[in-house]
Amino acid sequence: MSQIGVDTLRKEAWDKVTGAAKYNSDRLESNMLNARILTSPYAHALIKSIDTSKALKSDGVLAVITGDYLPVLTGSIIEDRPPIARDKVRYFGEPVAMVVAHSEQEVMKATKLIEVDYEPLPVVNSINQSISSQAPLIHENIGKYFCPDTTVQPRAGSNLLDHVRIRKGDMDRGWNESDIIIDLKTFLPQSDHLAMETRNAVAEILPDGRVVISTSSQAPFAVKEEISKIFGIAEGDIIVNVPYVGGAFGGKATVDLEFLAYIASRAVGGRKVRIANSREEDISSSPSKVGTESTVKMGATNEGIIKALEATYFVDCGAYAGTGPRMAKAIASDCTGPYNIENVHCDSYSVYTNHSYVTSYRGFGHVAFTFAMERAMDKLANSLNMDPLDIRMKNAISEGDTLATQAKITLSNTGDLKACILKLKESINWEEGNRIVEPNGMIRAKGIGCFWKTSNSPINAASGVAITLNSDGSINLNFGATEIGPGMKTTIAQILAEKMKMDIDNIHVFMEVDTQLSPKHWKTVASMTTFMVGNAVIKAAEDLMEQLKSLAAIVLACTPEELDVKGQRVYLKDDPDRGIQFKKLVQGYEYPGGSAIWGPIIGRGTYIMKHLVPLDLKTGKGKTGVSWTLGAQGVEIEYDPIRYTYRLLKAATAIDVGKVINPKTARGLIMGGMSMGLGLGTREEFIYSDNGMLENTSLRTYKLIHFGENPEYIVDFIETPQIDGPFGARGLAEYGILAIPGALANAISLAVGMDFDKLPISPELIWKTKTGGKYDSL
Amino acid sequence: MIKIAKATVLNLHINGEYREVLVKPSDTLLYTLRNLLGLTGAKPGCENGDCGACTVLIDNRPIKSCLILTVETIGKRILTIEGLKDVPIQKSFVENWGFQCGYCTSGFLMVCHSLAQIHPNANDHTIEEWLQSNLCRCTGYEEIENAIKSILTGTVRT
Repeated sequence: MSQIGVDTLRKEAWDKVTGAAKYNSDRLESNMLNARILTSPYAHALIKSIDTSKALKSDGVLAVITGDYLPVLTGSIIEDRPPIARDKVRYFGEPVAMVVAHSEQEVMKATKLIEVDYEPLPVVNSINQSISSQAPLIHENIGKYFCPDTTVQPRAGSNLLDHVRIRKGDMDRGWNESDIIIDLKTFLPQSDHLAMETRNAVAEILPDGRVVISTSSQAPFAVKEEISKIFGIAEGDIIVNVPYVGGAFGGKATVDLEFLAYIASRAVGGRKVRIANSREEDISSSPSKVGTESTVKMGATNEGIIKALEATYFVDCGAYAGTGPRMAKAIASDCTGPYNIENVHCDSYSVYTNHSYVTSYRGFGHVAFTFAMERAMDKLANSLNMDPLDIRMKNAISEGDTLATQAKITLSNTGDLKACILKLKESINWEEGNRIVEPNGMIRAKGIGCFWKTSNSPINAASGVAITLNSDGSINLNFGATEIGPGMKTTIAQILAEKMKMDIDNIHVFMEVDTQLSPKHWKTVASMTTFMVGNAVIKAAEDLMEQLKSLAAIVLACTPEELDVKGQRVYLKDDPDRGIQFKKLVQGYEYPGGSAIWGPIIGRGTYIMKHLVPLDLKTGKGKTGVSWTLGAQGVEIEYDPIRYTYRLLKAATAIDVGKVINPKTARGLIMGGMSMGLGLGTREEFIYSDNGMLENTSLRTYKLIHFGENPEYIVDFIETPQIDGPFGARGLAEYGILAIPGALANAISLAVGMDFDKLPISPELIWKTKTGGKYDSL
Repeated sequence: MIKIAKATVLNLHINGEYREVLVKPSDTLLYTLRNLLGLTGAKPGCENGDCGACTVLIDNRPIKSCLILTVETIGKRILTIEGLKDVPIQKSFVENWGFQCGYCTSGFLMVCHSLAQIHPNANDHTIEEWLQSNLCRCTGYEEIENAIKSILTGTVRT
């Protein structure tokens, strides 16, 4: 039976329903010390002094650490962030000191005894304030920081970290050919990843200097590399282990608590120290999702063909660069959405503010431009009195077009957008109309949007797979992608089982990642695991079969070419009854007479991204990924025009994933993405006070979608193969989120009859927009 | 009334067994389970009663173990995920893809198991009322809804 397109149960399913699954937060050992941070109550302030004397005298305390101990700067793009603040704090929640004590209780008590004297500074509380000429400087040394990413250009004497330019075609021509011009401004606030397992890490320095870190990370190899680079430790002396991860969504791709765990361990002579965020710290202290503002101007003909796009994006990176500039670049490079636009002018700016610093978040910035483009598309359709779905069909990207970065579009590297739109048209019953007034006065409205996204990965992103075998002929599969939830360990096992033509139950997956044992995988991010590790595991299977056939050829007195592999057996193609089982080969073959040949068989496979080109600094010409998975989404709501409230009725996705490896897993990922998109659309946002304090740092005040608030989900897959993908598969895990906020805003705007270009859209916002908020009475 | 003013050895009834454990009056049940008894199936997600990842059953009713002190459980029957052995909701979660990362799963399973015991014929409203106590960030809840409904009705909804 084929393993591709089959609902194979997750390898770890029974671990996860019995409590047997161990996460890093479950690593609670009696010899562990506990570390905890004291965080800044100010968004921007000078640290005048820190008095640690009382904390040091508190019971059970072994160390109180400030930024003066091991003063380093960290950052994968710009090295601008001290793990513990020094001299000044730049956001509410920033670590200012760390205590190490025996027990959790002791460390909590002692943290409160640290006395910090601050001198508050003027706060940069918005993008507008950040770019104003009178803005206070958040980083006095902005022009002097070391930038590991050599393409970023922080501007000295400003709060501007980077400016990415896209210049394609001829804008004058584009505007001349346009009969109509659409303008809009959008605003998407910062928000949180809200993975259920808060970030946590354990570090220990062994007597010979080896550093052992276990962490809830999406990027164990990045942890190893960053710790090595920042603290000058040989990479081989650092071992990073990651068990199951309790959700990540991009938030665990940045090295964060691992720095603190290492510093804490070093401060107490290398003893094993655990640090775990409280929920409040996870929201306010660890990195969050970017906030974005945009101005978009789009020109089109009276027939609805887009001729020009001028877009400006500002990315609120918060107090430190984090991964912000890379997302700003991703926004610029894919800014057209999956539409063919020949003339494009896009500027994407990354700015510092006194907000939470940022890292990758599901969609890697693509939600921001998708929201702006899909609102623009609806406004265009509205202005031209055209059907919103038709106008998207007319401009849908297709083979032969080019991206804003001038990279070529093929059917293989994108998929069939028109097929997705048509599938959506059917699934959301578009024909019945997109705004229906029900007999009870409720308004049922539908909004749609199209999306695409690529990996925006480094040009050398790579994956490896190692396979060993057991004496019963079963396989051990080991690779460096962490199991953060999307079921990657099972998907890769399915691909291997398919290639080996064997029962997947006989493939045993190493569920953890250990950087000393597992072949490197760049990071478990960018929806790239199936594609990258999938390609690597195919090569590993081929390598394995070649070895098995070579050995079997000796035993069976034939050539390897005459042999085939199936059901953990190597056999003659022309005489399948004549063959030999894996179990007699995998540890070496033993002749009946007694002598033996070969030895344990080990399979290996690798993959590295090919033909990626960094963006040209002046024109943005380049190639940022191997493929752009695309699709169309719709949201149906029921709006109450009396109360200004709405209910979510349906959310639908039609996506071209090339090939579905595991349908139920794929459907679950798309639904989960839609759920997060609806969260962004309806409620999720960081609320900063006038002085830059983050006000909603708990799950009581930062609301997520709960059971029962979800709409009915519709998911359809189109399968236009990606030629270089494993069995034709493209990435899909992040994609459910992308156009949902835009589609929701389109539905609400249509229902209410007013424009909603900022998120989230609460009933209160609708009421204020509709009435001016003036006529409230009790 | 029992008065406990300092660390005291308690004999707790957990998963059908009596366990002796040294408890301070301020210890939450979540802390005792995870840090002292190694029962890490109950997860800390907020330690504020908002997420439900730490839910256990006390005398068959779901309780967020971060919101109850261990000393309050004296003489009561505590059931954690480790004590659920082959009950229908576990298989149902597996078969309905009721989880992705799995971190919220123990808590959801305890709520669902209790619901199935107490309200075997629960309607949609009751199901919603019970399951809104917990948060899942990975799924869109549809899978969890299918999982609970399949054990309440005895058939898997497709």
